[in-house]
Amino acid sequence: MTATLDRARAARTSPPPGRSRTRRRLTALAFTAPAALGFTLFFAYPLVATVGFSFTRYDLINPPEWAGLANYAYMLGDDLFWTSVRNTLWFVVVLTSARVAFALGVASVIARLRSGVGLVRTLCYLPSLTPPVAATLVFFLLMRPNEGPVDAFLGWFGVEGPLWFADPAWAKPGIAAVVLWVSGDLMIIILAAILDVPREQHEAAELDGAGALRRWWHVTLPSISPVLLFGVVNSIVLALQLFTQAVVAGSAASGAADVTGSTKNIGFPENSTLTFPVWLYTQGFRYFDMGYASAMATVLFVASFAATALLVRRLRRATPQEEG
Amino acid sequence: MTTRRTLDWIAVHSAGLALGLMFALPVVFVLLTAVMSDSQAFTADLWPREWHWGNFLEVFEAAPLLRYLGNSLLYSLLATAGMLLSSVPAAYALAKLRWRGRQAAFLLVVGAMLLPPQVVAVPLYDAWSSLGLTGTLWPLVVPYFLFDAFSVFLLRQFMLTIPQSYVDAARVDGCTEFQALLRVVVPMARPGIAATALFCFLYTWNDYFGPLLYTSEVPEQWTLSLALSSFKSLHQVQWNLAMAVTLLVMLPAIVLFAFAQRSFVRGVTFTGVKG
Repeated sequence: MTATLDRARAARTSPPPGRSRTRRRLTALAFTAPAALGFTLFFAYPLVATVGFSFTRYDLINPPEWAGLANYAYMLGDDLFWTSVRNTLWFVVVLTSARVAFALGVASVIARLRSGVGLVRTLCYLPSLTPPVAATLVFFLLMRPNEGPVDAFLGWFGVEGPLWFADPAWAKPGIAAVVLWVSGDLMIIILAAILDVPREQHEAAELDGAGALRRWWHVTLPSISPVLLFGVVNSIVLALQLFTQAVVAGSAASGAADVTGSTKNIGFPENSTLTFPVWLYTQGFRYFDMGYASAMATVLFVASFAATALLVRRLRRATPQEEG
Repeated sequence: MTTRRTLDWIAVHSAGLALGLMFALPVVFVLLTAVMSDSQAFTADLWPREWHWGNFLEVFEAAPLLRYLGNSLLYSLLATAGMLLSSVPAAYALAKLRWRGRQAAFLLVVGAMLLPPQVVAVPLYDAWSSLGLTGTLWPLVVPYFLFDAFSVFLLRQFMLTIPQSYVDAARVDGCTEFQALLRVVVPMARPGIAATALFCFLYTWNDYFGPLLYTSEVPEQWTLSLALSSFKSLHQVQWNLAMAVTLLVMLPAIVLFAFAQRSFVRGVTFTGVKG
């Protein structure tokens, strides 16, 4: 009774709709103002400026000098640019498929566990909290030629391990292994999706005589395909940005004792770890060729944008449509 | 039938056990190496002959780790605090307020979230350098006080799950939007806010590109990630010390996870496509 009265009083004293709409608009403005400023300063402006710088020669000290398409023309003849493109494409193709397949496999196993689910899920997720630098060094220890546990393990089967991170053929797979080890977040996302598949669908399939494997293929997989698509796009974006693991693996394997300074550790061995962002960083922040780095950044933006556009369309359909 | 069930159970659980080991063993090897003697760490031995727990103290003499720890904490804590101040209201506006351009703003947030940091690095570095602030932690921390795309995205996802009727009721009761946010939405979204703060802390704690870009030339401003990447090279043969530092850098994340496992898992599932 009192509640109804309160409600009625509140309704009478609440501001008329017109005024409240203006007020709400002003509130929206106030709430988003810092974010809008931040977006402009740290995303919109630098994005436009990157494209602008890409048409100049600029070394941070002397003012930028108009160079037209010179940076892009130089790019076409730059062997290491193409090496970095090839390396990054390798990661986009191999790492993306491996990461989604691996996460799906792990999640499918965890989903079927009856006991120890919590423990196994925790163990799978823990590595993804590891700083990328640390995770890379961990694998560098595990995959030490001759002395590491991986080689010891292979030795039981009479296999002699390669030089791993010092071998141009094995450095990229080594980095991919690091990234797979830390992909627990994708596993949890896929696991949540698998557990969300309605039980009735499984039961119906079971009544029809479908075994576990067939149910996984015909019921689970189709139901979680949006999440798998998310995993694919997310992994592509990740592969396009691959930087830290490549730099750390390269410099640890080359034994170069510096963080900036010399460039002999970049892409070690034989430029096999020279990813697109690594070459971009080297050009811009070690050679101070900001114009060329900006041209590469523009190319990276276009590539990421293609992947992003796909994800945004996907997300618009998959995120809850708000009612407010 | 029952034999088949039993075999199935055994197969699934051995696979689970193998997976658990695969994820856990690398950390066990790191721990074992970290407590070996200098000479043994260089060999193929997997089990320490003597346990040198003192290695964990020795690394503090080998490198100014406390200083790096301080820098890492400064970066992560300030960034997380700044993120909360700027992103909570922005996420509220995206999730609970009706205004024109809201959909477009959300798309911009998603776009910014997926933009590789390398794309915008050159002009940002140029700007910070002309302000004379390269070589400090300012360029890393300041952006969080205005905007962090991932946090806004995640917080919005959490706030969408709070029924609109609660917010409407608060409005009818005469709350301003600010009061509705502070008294209704924030308390209800607390688990989501905690998860977002954890992710922000972790991201900055683990960040390598940012500190490398801005502070690599000023060793006093190094963060732990940056210091760790040079530690292995500087102490070439001392695998034990390198791994002791590695463990120390991993520790905060593991401790945080132990205390806030639920928040982490909730946050991760929300980053995906779950509503």
